[in-house]
Amino acid sequence: MTDHKTSKEQKYDRQLRLWGDHGQEALENAHVCLINATATGTEILKNLVLPGIGAFTIVDGHKVSGEGVGNNFFLTSSSIGKNRAQAATELLQELNSDVSGNFVEESPDKLLDNDPEFFHRFSLVIGVQLPESTCLRLGSVLWDAGVTFLVCRTYGLIGYMRLIVKEHTVIESHPDNALEDLRLDQPFTELKHHIESYDLDSMAKKDHSHTPWIIVVAKYLEKWYSEHNSQLPKNYKEKEAFRQLIREGILTNENGKPEDEENFEEAIKNVNTALNPTKVPSATEDIFNAEQCENITSQSPSFWVMAQGVRDFVRNEGNGKLPVRGTIPDMIADSDKFIKLQNVYRDKAMKDAAVVSKHVEALLQSVGKPPESISEQKIKLFCKNAAFLRVVHCRSLAEEYSMDTFNKDEITSCMDSEMVLYLMLHSVDRFYQQHSRYPGVYNYQVEEDINNLKLCVNSLLQEYSLNVNVKDDYIHEFCRYGAAEPHTVAAFLGGSAAQEAIKIITHQFVPFNNTFLYNAMSQTSATFQL
Amino acid sequence: MAEGEEPMVVDGGNGDRSDWQGRWDHVNKFLERAGPFTHPDFEPSTEALSGFRHIHVVDMDTIDISNLNRQFLFRPKDVGRPKAEVAADFVNDRVLGCNVVPHFKKIQDLDETFYKQFHIVVCGLDSVVARRWMNGMLLSLLIYEDGVLDPSSIIPLIDGGTEGFKGNARVILPGMTACIDCTLELYPPQINFPMCTIASMPRLPEHCVEYVRMLLWPKEKPFGDGVALDGDNPKHIQWVYQKSLDRAAEFSITGVTYRLTQGVVKRIIPAVASTNAVIAAACATEVFKIATSAYVPLNNYLVFNDVDGLYTYTFEAERKENCSACSQMPQDLQFLPSAKLQEVLDYLTENASLQMKSPAITTTLDGKNKTLYLQTVASIEERTRPNLSKTLKELGLVDGQELAVADVTTPQTVLFKLNFIS
Repeated sequence: MTDHKTSKEQKYDRQLRLWGDHGQEALENAHVCLINATATGTEILKNLVLPGIGAFTIVDGHKVSGEGVGNNFFLTSSSIGKNRAQAATELLQELNSDVSGNFVEESPDKLLDNDPEFFHRFSLVIGVQLPESTCLRLGSVLWDAGVTFLVCRTYGLIGYMRLIVKEHTVIESHPDNALEDLRLDQPFTELKHHIESYDLDSMAKKDHSHTPWIIVVAKYLEKWYSEHNSQLPKNYKEKEAFRQLIREGILTNENGKPEDEENFEEAIKNVNTALNPTKVPSATEDIFNAEQCENITSQSPSFWVMAQGVRDFVRNEGNGKLPVRGTIPDMIADSDKFIKLQNVYRDKAMKDAAVVSKHVEALLQSVGKPPESISEQKIKLFCKNAAFLRVVHCRSLAEEYSMDTFNKDEITSCMDSEMVLYLMLHSVDRFYQQHSRYPGVYNYQVEEDINNLKLCVNSLLQEYSLNVNVKDDYIHEFCRYGAAEPHTVAAFLGGSAAQEAIKIITHQFVPFNNTFLYNAMSQTSATFQL
Repeated sequence: MAEGEEPMVVDGGNGDRSDWQGRWDHVNKFLERAGPFTHPDFEPSTEALSGFRHIHVVDMDTIDISNLNRQFLFRPKDVGRPKAEVAADFVNDRVLGCNVVPHFKKIQDLDETFYKQFHIVVCGLDSVVARRWMNGMLLSLLIYEDGVLDPSSIIPLIDGGTEGFKGNARVILPGMTACIDCTLELYPPQINFPMCTIASMPRLPEHCVEYVRMLLWPKEKPFGDGVALDGDNPKHIQWVYQKSLDRAAEFSITGVTYRLTQGVVKRIIPAVASTNAVIAAACATEVFKIATSAYVPLNNYLVFNDVDGLYTYTFEAERKENCSACSQMPQDLQFLPSAKLQEVLDYLTENASLQMKSPAITTTLDGKNKTLYLQTVASIEERTRPNLSKTLKELGLVDGQELAVADVTTPQTVLFKLNFIS
């Protein structure tokens, strides 16, 4: 127990409260590669350097131009003509001395030509403002190497992100509104005994009013069972009747008026969710049924080893239920009753986790790995989050682009939304392929380029047999943008992309899957799975 | 630059030495070219650009080490210095031609002559009270002629806020669109733990800390008489932490840590660079749209959440017909003549649409201004306290009585009309 924290703990205090010390450790062990230190690139990196990413490397073969300084907070006019990777690294590095900043003055295409394994060393590669051909090429290399790739682009007032990762597992997804794991529908033995230790009818008023609502619901449930053939209240009518049953249990004073028993009010309020049948959530069920969970080898990541361990628990000792989570919400109760009840759940959670540990150990041994290779702590964390596990698969760029596997349904059914912007981005890429420049960069080009861009749009739609309509307005607007990269749009993406990168690195919170589009004109966004 | 050298100029050749070739290339396309989605009033022009140069920043805080994980204009060497001044220095140095003027003050320390000079006000405040005050200030600058709002008196307010991975950005055109007070219900009042829980029935580690903060500290005065608990003083937090551990041990409660203790005492809200970057960017985009009239601004509220993927929701918050801040409608108070003044006070603080903090109520009786109750000055509080237990009738108030209420949530007094019910 230190009486003052290290300066790093103080500096990172506000974010440690979100992803914990272990999340921070993962960040500090990560090495991220940024390709192209444009405004978008530096804004993304700023939001990774500030929270203390271990290291970054900027790959950029460009020189700093006057235009490039105009929208980039991390370049100054004194660096015009110099290498952009180096110039940006300097101003980003000085944001945080804990971070190690590096740069490579080379284009990604050249690097892929000369040193294709260059990118294998990174936790994550972030590619910014990349031409389509480079993107696809890099995407293929990184996919084969198993390195996560995040593509980001600012195009006029449009922001675009694409996440590519074969498999990303999340133990701590931190869901916003998680249901509690109270087991009232099927109380485990220890909980049953604890409930039995209460006799509401014989309690003094003070105790009666400070009995946890979980106990109250459990007691009245017993009453209900005896009158309803041991069936849970199922529909609204029955739940309403059950609530009434509880309400009738509120003590009355000598005049027959009900006393103020907040714990009973809490019980009534919680009837809706407290009686939900305990079951394995479908996302977790999918994880149990996944091939990676079934076939554990010595190469299996610990996530899948633990998944099988929990699955075995569910199928055996758990009787179809996950290990008890072990937490209960706060509720009106005296300290003693609450702590005792909380301990009943906590102890059961520990017991269940220990059983899961045995399964995991056996599994590890069966594939020739030492049982300590997955720590008790990790298994406990896994069990606690068993209902919130998530696995994200983001398709490769090759699959997205291929005529055989592109997601036609998603595209055609979402045309009323930001999907049209996605098609426009593909169209300007086509334009770039044909004309070696983007449309409308100079004022005199705008008029003519509108027609040329329209041809690109039509050829794209035709090639993919997309029977959709792209309004001329969008074609005009995308010419108008002249491939500009306004700073505020770059900054919006900078925050968005950095957070997704942090999710990937820490394996906490759930990344998007897999295409994100932001429209700064309307301040709207959408996510598509392409 | 050597003498005789030609300065680099941009279109228009304004001779500004702080520009270089191509500086505005990413911006001028939006200003020089017409387009299908631009604001109906937008007219493209090729006037020389200079960026946003005249910016004033108001901030009463000094830099703390815990700011450095996200507040990118500050460095470890700046800890202790005023935020406004350091920010101004940094931006003025990094962005040539920009002139940020700092004000190391509370927003309430500046008056209408100050705020009147601006075209746009942008807020990144840390409390609803402060937001309401700024909202009220801009409303007070509105000029009505024969009941018609003079649009040139409108100063748009762009407001952003974040908490962890959640954030929102909104555009307010005072007098025209929903103001902060119109949507007060979007900010539910902070719920504190019940006193009986803290005093005698703790269950969570947080209850233990609150006990030490609210009950033990005033009793034991560990650092001397009249020394208030300072959440930024590590010695104070250490004391609270130890005592919280003792309290927790007494009730077999686990989970009290130094971090938790500080979080409870300072009411810390977790914060990261990324969410703040997103919301700041959204706000800046709106400033750009409004300043250039190039696009229709956000109408008018954006919600952002990136806990699970990225989620945004954009909607038009509606004006409240009888908003106490912007509707100009007299605010009605309905009470029995036998109601006590305390009930009126409770209504002003507890009503979801008003949520006042420490309202001061004055009225005119027998042609003279009379303070019925005021909390913020100890001597006046003592003098007027007996009024709280008097009935409205006893105080001499009549049906239709006008009450003027002042509060920290607004720079102007709010007028209420008292209607007696039977």
